[in-house]
Amino acid sequence: MSTTTNTSRLGSLLMTPVHLLMRIVDVPLRSLQKATGISGMAAFFLAPNMLIFGIFVLLPLVINFVYSMTGGTAFFLAERNFVGAEQYSRLFTCGSYLDPMSCQEDAFWTAVGNTFWFVILQVTLMILVALVTALILNRDLAARSFWRAVFFFPVLLSPVVVGLIWKWILQRQGLLNFGLYQFGVEPYTWLTDRNWTFVATIGVSLWAHMGFYALILLAGLQAIPKDLYEAAEMDGTKPARVFWRITLPLLMPNLLVVVVLALIRAVQIFDEVYVLTGGGPGTSTLYLTQYIYETGFASALRNPGLAAAASILMGLVLVVLTLIQLGIGQRGEKKGKR
Amino acid sequence: MGEIKLTDIKKSFGSVHVLKDIDLHIKDGEFIVFVGPSGCGKSTLLRTIAGLEKVTGGEIEIDGKRVNEVTAADRGLAMVFQSYALYPHMSVRQNLAFGLENSNMPKAEVAERITEAARMLEIEPYLERRPGQLSGGQRQRVAIGRAIVRRPTAFLLDEPLSNLDAELRVSTRAELAALHARIGSTMIYVTHDQVEAMTLAHRIVVMRAGKIEQVGTPLELYNTPANRFVAGFIGAPHMNFLSAEVVEQEAGKATLLIGGSHRLLVPIAGHELSVGDKLTVGIRPQHITLANDPGSLTVKVRLVEALGSETVIHADLNGEKLLAVVPGQRQISPGDDAHFSVAGAPLHLFDGNGLRIKDK
Amino acid sequence: MGVASRFILRRKGGKGWHWTDIVTWLWLVGGLIIMFGPAVWLVFSSFKTPAGLAEFPPSILPYVTQQATVQGYDKPLQLFEAKLPDGSTRVLAEVRRIGIMSQMVDPKTPGELIRVNINDRTPVRTLSFATENYTQPFVHFDFLRYLWNSVFVTVTATLITLIVNSMAAFALSKYEFKGRSVAMLIILATLMVPLSVIMVPLYSIISSLGLFNNLWGVILPTVATPTGVFILRQYMLTIPDELIDAARMDKASEWQIYWRIVLPLTAPALAVLAIFSVVWRWNDFLWPLIVLSRRELYTLQVGLSIYSGELNVQWHFILAMTVVTMIPVVLVFIFLQRFITTGIAGTGLK
Repeated sequence: MSTTTNTSRLGSLLMTPVHLLMRIVDVPLRSLQKATGISGMAAFFLAPNMLIFGIFVLLPLVINFVYSMTGGTAFFLAERNFVGAEQYSRLFTCGSYLDPMSCQEDAFWTAVGNTFWFVILQVTLMILVALVTALILNRDLAARSFWRAVFFFPVLLSPVVVGLIWKWILQRQGLLNFGLYQFGVEPYTWLTDRNWTFVATIGVSLWAHMGFYALILLAGLQAIPKDLYEAAEMDGTKPARVFWRITLPLLMPNLLVVVVLALIRAVQIFDEVYVLTGGGPGTSTLYLTQYIYETGFASALRNPGLAAAASILMGLVLVVLTLIQLGIGQRGEKKGKR
Repeated sequence: MGEIKLTDIKKSFGSVHVLKDIDLHIKDGEFIVFVGPSGCGKSTLLRTIAGLEKVTGGEIEIDGKRVNEVTAADRGLAMVFQSYALYPHMSVRQNLAFGLENSNMPKAEVAERITEAARMLEIEPYLERRPGQLSGGQRQRVAIGRAIVRRPTAFLLDEPLSNLDAELRVSTRAELAALHARIGSTMIYVTHDQVEAMTLAHRIVVMRAGKIEQVGTPLELYNTPANRFVAGFIGAPHMNFLSAEVVEQEAGKATLLIGGSHRLLVPIAGHELSVGDKLTVGIRPQHITLANDPGSLTVKVRLVEALGSETVIHADLNGEKLLAVVPGQRQISPGDDAHFSVAGAPLHLFDGNGLRIKDK
Repeated sequence: MGVASRFILRRKGGKGWHWTDIVTWLWLVGGLIIMFGPAVWLVFSSFKTPAGLAEFPPSILPYVTQQATVQGYDKPLQLFEAKLPDGSTRVLAEVRRIGIMSQMVDPKTPGELIRVNINDRTPVRTLSFATENYTQPFVHFDFLRYLWNSVFVTVTATLITLIVNSMAAFALSKYEFKGRSVAMLIILATLMVPLSVIMVPLYSIISSLGLFNNLWGVILPTVATPTGVFILRQYMLTIPDELIDAARMDKASEWQIYWRIVLPLTAPALAVLAIFSVVWRWNDFLWPLIVLSRRELYTLQVGLSIYSGELNVQWHFILAMTVVTMIPVVLVFIFLQRFITTGIAGTGLK
């Protein structure tokens, strides 16, 4: 009891200058309130957020369209010349739409193709693994919160750390080769093999993010009323049937949200891959965000207009996915209300 | 001083008119109760007086000064909320002090006022506790205390007893009346419970659908309700209403037919009735007596509630429901025929529009 | 022990082993190894010397081959445990290797050379933690600088996020005003605008504001998070409006209502947002990579990635610094795990 009062006393002591500051701030704000009235204060409270939001999110969103219709290497809009839809037509100029190498911007189409296959494979695996993990964590386990923490742990790690950890493991003298060596397999340089790097990026992103989706699914599973399972047990329902007829249908709203969320995130894959493979070898793990980044900033022949055009195309995909997600959310809400 | 005058108050939310032309004069030191069914606008009226809602039209005056544009903080009123609205993260003492500190009162005086209010309300032992650690009744006292320390020109109380259990509500009601007698400030009290209104009020304001139906002392409302609504709202159990028809008319008197066959002679003063007029007769259940006289109303008993000291009889008169509360215990059972007498009972007559027909 | 194992191996219904029990345990134990293994491997590796890192097959723990200075030899020699032809084992120092034979010398009697087959000797190794992996980068590289930059960005951005977002959430939850639904709609619509879509124009805005190569250029674009406004608003909606009315009757100004009533009552949601903001800002990579091009401004994440991308990767330093970068997040994870998991389960934000 006394320790709590002591800590709270210490806390209030630390807060004293802050409180003092707030009292001082209050003086001009009171006169502002007199001038604008209570509802005018709403604008005051909203202003800082809207200002920052406007400058750093809304404005870029608008400027992006202008960018995509201008050419040159300059970043200042005034120094850029209007080129119309040239950047878009450049992106879409291809000898054959089935072969990315026949396109003028072959790197873009390679990135699109890579991202497409990455998204398909990664999201499918992600949902399967996360679902199994959630189902297992939802069982009557001892020390469940410990096990939940085990699978969740990598989620908080920074992509750079994740990339470096796995880069180190996949080294020639790394842990993976060490493990395989025990079974008589010769060491292999995984990160120089086009096929294996692609697999590695999927595996690493799976490792890093699976816990997040498992957690959402677990929350969904725990929200299913226990009495439904008890009723099914009273009816003598087989466990497999319980899963297909009770668990899965009731989990469906969460599952859909998780699928769309995973899609949205997978389309934007960048950080950990950039650290792990740098997009290579060659262009085997060049994904869309890295293409935009390199076209806009990193490459010697930078072309911000082209990068903007590509980012708008990517944005369109994300908008569609987001709308789907909002649609699901709203349907779920309506269901909840009923 | 705490004199409040409302003139032609209007309030609407969009196209919904919540208050319609409210006129009311509240005298200094008066305990006035706004009563009415939920959604009648009584809480909104209180909030417009408080300054928490702006009026759409009309004028609010406090002590002769127009306060329409004055903010809630500067009207000098204090309010006790239905949920008590105690700041959960502050101790009781801080809750009481918050309003005083905001008006830059010297610390010594703040402490003095808190001590005084705490003694008056017997909440001294809890001053350092948080609201979450208090019982409902204690919280209620703190909420009142927060109003008292402000020494407001008037207290506004929004259903302050509705979150208490029945027993506590009765005792707190009495304490509240005693408190008013002691402080003597104007109090405006909102409730939907007519018993609270009857026991506490100097004057009751009965409201319905954004309008004032009647203003008067509790007994005025009970004895001479201005219309069918007030008659039905005040008094428990509710007044019986029977449809009646004027069959004979002479100077100062009329004969009514009720229950299909029973004739009733009533005095009428200054009111023109003609034969064939349809009226409503109101009789309070307590004013009905049981009789053996076959000339009285013959009813079919539907349900009998024996409460020990009195017996409540639900009966049926020619398709109309009739309730009687008779003293003592009676040997009577559902299905029996009974004779109800209304001889000598105060009768309330209402015309086709539900307005009272004056009898004197 | 018996009680513990019975508790841990508790099965459904307490009856015999069902195949799902086996799958469960395989999954959990496999998960434990796969999820924690890499991080543990990283930590052990970070204490190895460059020579230890180059070894294959690698050892789990950081071992160092012992060396000894032997009279008559300039360089320190590696010590080996050698099996001699007479069957005895002695600790010898290797002078040179010729084919499959090794010329060795006894440190105590440096005069005489002993020839040993290389298969008959094993290096003498002791457990040794190369703590210089941790201390050196702070002295010789700019890692202290990077650490400071990361801390500055994280703390400042989190504070601004909390203040600015809570003010907006207060306005959007406790006031009725024209344009409220428009403001909500704008925030909702941009909820999912990722950096990758706007990085080119955002870069031009940052440069026009003179914030290129400035830590504020990293901080400002991140602080008005729509997600933050959303969780705080959802929470503030649960604060009864009567409390605000009571404060207004108590002569509190709107700022006081925000600061003294609403903010303290929103503490749980603020804590969740603070935790997430710290993790987000600490882990940010792409945007700092774009904005910061001067070495002394790098955050830890950028510095690490730049150093690890160099031709001659100094893995012993990189690994140690990766561990340092990981520490705050691991601490957050250990102490605030419950907050985070309930936060995610409740709001679906990451």
